[in-house]
Formats: sequence, C-alpha cells, structure tokens
Amino acid sequence: MPAPDANAPAPAGTVLELTVSNHPGVMSQVCGLFARRAFNVEGVACLPLPDAAGEDGGGGLSRIWLLLREDQRLVQIVRQVEKLHDVRATRLLPGGHPVFSALAAHLA
Amino acid sequence: MPTLTGAEIIVRLLERQGIEFLAGIPGGANLPLYDALSHSRIRHVLARHEQGAGFIAQGAARATGRPAVCLATSGPGATNLLTAIADARLDSVPIVCLTGQVPSPMLGVDAFQEVDTYGLAIPVTKHCFLARSPEELLRIIPEAFRIAASGRPGPVLVDLPRDVQTGLASFDAWPEPGLPDAPPVPDPLAVARAASLIGQSRRPLLLLGGGAARSGAHRAARLLMERCGLPAVSTLHGLGCAPADHPLNLGMLGMHAARAANAALEECDLLLAVGCRLDDRATGRMDRFCPDAALVHIDIDAAEIGKRRATQAAVAADARLALEALAESLEPAPRLAWRVRVTTLGEQWGLRPPGLDDPRSAYGVIAAAARAAARTDGPDVLVATDVGRHQMRTAQVWPQVRPNRLLTSGGLGTMGFGLPAAIGAALAEPGRPVLCVSGDGSLLMNVQELATAVEQGARVKILLMDNGCLGLVRQQQELFMGGRTFGSGFSARADYVALARAFGMPAFDLAAAADPETAMAEAFAAPGPCLIRCAVEDEPHVLPMVPPGGANCEMICQEAGTVETITAKEAAHACA
Ligand SMILES: Cc1ncc(C[n+]2csc(CCOP(=O)(O)OP(=O)(O)O)c2C)c(N)n1
Repeated sequence: MPAPDANAPAPAGTVLELTVSNHPGVMSQVCGLFARRAFNVEGVACLPLPDAAGEDGGGGLSRIWLLLREDQRLVQIVRQVEKLHDVRATRLLPGGHPVFSALAAHLA
Repeated sequence: MPTLTGAEIIVRLLERQGIEFLAGIPGGANLPLYDALSHSRIRHVLARHEQGAGFIAQGAARATGRPAVCLATSGPGATNLLTAIADARLDSVPIVCLTGQVPSPMLGVDAFQEVDTYGLAIPVTKHCFLARSPEELLRIIPEAFRIAASGRPGPVLVDLPRDVQTGLASFDAWPEPGLPDAPPVPDPLAVARAASLIGQSRRPLLLLGGGAARSGAHRAARLLMERCGLPAVSTLHGLGCAPADHPLNLGMLGMHAARAANAALEECDLLLAVGCRLDDRATGRMDRFCPDAALVHIDIDAAEIGKRRATQAAVAADARLALEALAESLEPAPRLAWRVRVTTLGEQWGLRPPGLDDPRSAYGVIAAAARAAARTDGPDVLVATDVGRHQMRTAQVWPQVRPNRLLTSGGLGTMGFGLPAAIGAALAEPGRPVLCVSGDGSLLMNVQELATAVEQGARVKILLMDNGCLGLVRQQQELFMGGRTFGSGFSARADYVALARAFGMPAFDLAAAADPETAMAEAFAAPGPCLIRCAVEDEPHVLPMVPPGGANCEMICQEAGTVETITAKEAAHACA
C-alpha cells in the first residue's frame, strides 16, 4: 500500500460534526436519515471519543463527521438530525474539517 | 435491594407508569414477559394479529393523549407491527412497542424468528432501543415513555432479547415513571415578530392542525378568531378545534375541502399555520398554495419549519402556549370586510353533500348516526374511521364539537385502522360507545379483530358502508383513468351481518330497520359491540375534490368531473 499523500487536495464541502451515543445502530440511523431524504453524503468518518463514560455504561460517546455538499436543504436536514435522540450535539463547519484531507490522502 | 428478572422489571415499570391495559400476541421470544404479565393487574388484550394490537394501542393513545403499549414476539410478530408503528409516526401518536427478540448470543445468526427489528424500526419510529441487559431496562423503559410523549409525540420501540427478559438484575430503587418533558415555551421575540405580521395583515387565515388539537390550543384559537377576525380552516386532525357551526370556520382544507375553504386560502394575505406540517393532501400543489400569503408557522417540531415552504415568521413551541402568547400580544381587530367576505364564502361555497336527510344514503347515514349517538351519549362521542370514501365523508359531515374526537389514519392512510383503533379507544374510555365508520375493503384488512371486540366486550359500534368495491380507488379511476375501473371491485361479496354474528357479535342491516336513526340509537345504547350494515352501492363521489397533484383552487365539484377554478380575486380586492 502506498504511503498517504500529504499534499492531496482537501475535499470541498461543509462538514457536519455530530456527537452521538456510541452504540450499535447509531451510524446507520444517521446515515439512513440522509439517504431517506435523498441528501448525498460525500464522506463519513467516525471515532469513539476518549474518556467519555456513557451513562448506560455501554461505551460512551462517538464523534461522526459527515462531509456534505452545500445545498439549500442543509439547514432543514440539520434540524432533522438534531431530532434523533442519540445525537447529543451538532456543529456545522462550513470550512470543512482536516479529517477529510487526511482521508483523501489515502486515495491519492 | 430488589432482585428481579428483566421481564418482572418491565411489568413493574409498566404498572408504575400507570398502564391499565396493553394489547399483544405471545410467542417464543416474548414468553418470559407474558409469564411476568400473568401476575400483574395490567389487563392483557389478546389481539388476533399484531397490526391489530398496534392499532388498539394507537386507539387508546389517540383517545387519551397518553402513551399506550403493544407487545409482539420476534420475527413475524415484529414485522406485523410495523404498519401500525409507521402510522403512529406519521400521525404523531405516542405508543410504546415491546418486541421479543432472539437471545443476545444468537443475534445475527439467522436464528428461528430472527429479524433485525431495530434496523426495520429506525425509519418508522421516533426512537428505538435494543436492550442489552436487564439492568438497562430501568433506564430504557421510563425513557421510552418520556420520548414517546415529549414534544411532538411518536412511537418508540424497545427490542427485548429473550435473555434480557430472563436475566436477573439487582438494584437499589425504582426509577421514576417516564413523563413528558415540559412543553417548549415560545420565544418572545419570535412571537412579537409573528404578532406584528398578523397585526399588519388584512386577510389573515388560521390553519389548525393535529398539534393544535393535541396541545389544547383550541380555546386560544377561538379567542383569536373572535377578537382578531381570523377565520379558520383545519386539517383532518385539526377538526374540532374550531366549532363546526362557527361562521368563521370554513372546515377542512385541501383535497376534499369545501370550495369556501380553498377559496379563502387563495384570497388570504397571511396564513397562520398551527401544529401542522403542510402535507400535500392539505396544500395541493405547493407552488400554488396560498399564492398571496405570508406564512407564519407554529410547530413544536422545529424541523417542520421551512420543510415545505419558507416562513416569514416562525415559532418553534407548543401550539397552545404560542397561540396564548400571540393572543396576548395582538390588539383586537375587527377586519369587518374580511369577516363579511368569509361569511359570504361559507354561505356560497359551503359543503352541501347530497342526500344528507336520507338516513340510508352514503352521507345521510353518517349524519343520522351522529344524531343517534348524540341522543344516547352527547355530542362528543369518539368516532374512528377506516380509509376511503367513508372516511372523507365522515370528516366532511360529522359535527365536530371538540378536538381529538375523530380517530383516523391521516398521514399513512392505512386501511384496517378503524376497528382495532375503535377497540383501543373503547377500552380507554369505558362506559361510552365508540363509533367505527368503515368500508367493506377496509374492514376486511383487520376483520379478525371482530373476535377481540367480542372477547373484550368493547362497546364498538361498526357502521359498515358496504359498496362492494374499493370506493375511493374506483372514484379516482372514474375521474382520472378514463372510467376504467380495474382491480377495484369485489365480485365475491361477504354477508357482513352473518360474518359478525359468526364471531358472536350482534349485527343488523339498516335496510331492514323501520326507522334507521332509532335503530342506531338503540344499538349504540346497548353494551358491547355491534355491526350495522348500510348498503351504499349507488353512492355519489366524494366531492369537491382536487385532482391529485393539482392546485387547491382547481376542484372538481360536479359528478361529471370537470375541474372548476375557484379563484375570486376581484372579491378579495374589495376587502383590501
Ligand atoms: C393498506 C392500504 N392499502 C391500499 C390503500 C389504497 N386505498 C385507499 S382507499 C382504498 C379503498 C377503500 O375501500 P373501502 O374501505 O371499502 O372504503 P370506500 O372508499 O369504499 O368507502 C384503497 C384500496 C390504502 N389506503 N391502504
């Protein structure tokens, strides 16, 4: 496997950063919501958050980053995501997020 | 420190939650739960199909406004529930569904009666849980009730692997029952902006939806109507918020509205939409809906705001609190010209269904049933409907005197809803009859629940409009498919009076009654269930009708089926 290319261009788009309960099914719940509303997700990254003891002892919190195309429906879809009970916090990062540049490097 | 099995914990939590009855069907994967239920004071209602159990829970939840519970086993039990869950989701009904699941170590191996219930439930529930330990139930069960009833209500599913039901848990104290969160209060700035827009408008119109009914916003709505000259239209689920006979109430909007209602939408310069989601059956073609109006939207679900149309002002809050705040900030305004205009519209273009005074006709029998019910039990008995022409007729002519008394599947439009929902409502409101207006197509979709109604002695009175066809479908074929009625007729007709009797339910044919209204009144007054058949083969179309995909202002008003445009802009300008 070739080494990731550190100079690969960062993928364009807005990043939606979510803090979610970390248990099976949450990822598909979030992605399913986008799919059902025919809203394209360009990229996904997900990692458990360190040191976040979950209230159910079942594994704490995770962070999900979704790379999205700017679209007039974006505000609407964020509201829909905020309705999910496993979604604890949302943050919209119009300038993108370095996690996707790092991922893109693996494609170069 | 109690040590109990997961199943016992669930049953105790349901008791503490105040659950009096639940509906379901047992199977291998939920047997431990059933065993624990056998020692409980909670009444178990054995449905004859899980979809029936789901709708029985819905009927109770819709009648009381509080969460109700249904049970199913894994696999086919869970899949059979899904339609009722999806229906609850679209109509925002709080139910808690407890499904058995194969033991945790077997998950994912295609065990006997295993399906991915959690995965299937995600898109149709408000939230779902997969319980992973008996201890976790102490948190999950109250949380399920809290989520189902909080904010915009909806269905919550808890999937319960068998080992979670049989495993033991020790704990210090019982958790508090799950109660709804306090309703979100309106932001004063948002209310002020809405009030200022309404204050400036000349021809404002109030649109009342299910959220207005559910939150108890009808008093504030009536106050606004009177004080500020705000006429009202309602969605199917908002009916009853405004008094049926109020001159400023134009009734239901949309596909089967009176022309007056859709004309007022056309003429208004501001729409105050309260607790509704502007669904396509209500709005018609969105780009031609209320063409001259600013939109002020009040909804408890912030995600509804701006979903279908951009707003000029919005309040994301409980409908009652928001309308009360609005009523306080608005100066009384006569809006005389607009009032006169709306009253005239109502007189000119109000509903005039044919045959209203013939108690054996499709419209007349519903009016007669309403009079008969009022005679025995007052004007506000619960009415459940199925889906079809009989449903739209009931919405058009049943005299709604208060909100939340019409139980009907609006969002999903599920045939088969009526009978089990009526059973659930009758069990939740014992001592009064619940009318179920159904069609022969719909009744057959959950006909097995006749047995449940008899077994439970539920005071459900089925008014069966028997036309030997899928009426509403046939109507669309007659109007929009060149009259080719294909696949919508029943050549094998059942004798529904005999069928009901076969289940042990009293039944009679209205054609044989000397005085239909008195016969119905006697049937309603009797305890237990009953089926009344009314033949309506020669029924007229449900009119007016907006052709599917059309604009609200273009309605078919005559049997011949030609589309008439109902704009009357010149008159609107007279009020400017
Ligand atoms: C489960 C389901 N399947 C199909 C439909 C489509 N559909 C809508 S109304 C209707 C006919 C209803 O017939 P019936 O219950 O006899 O009532 P009627 O219109 O004759 O009064 C059908 C098939 C539906 N709404 N629900």
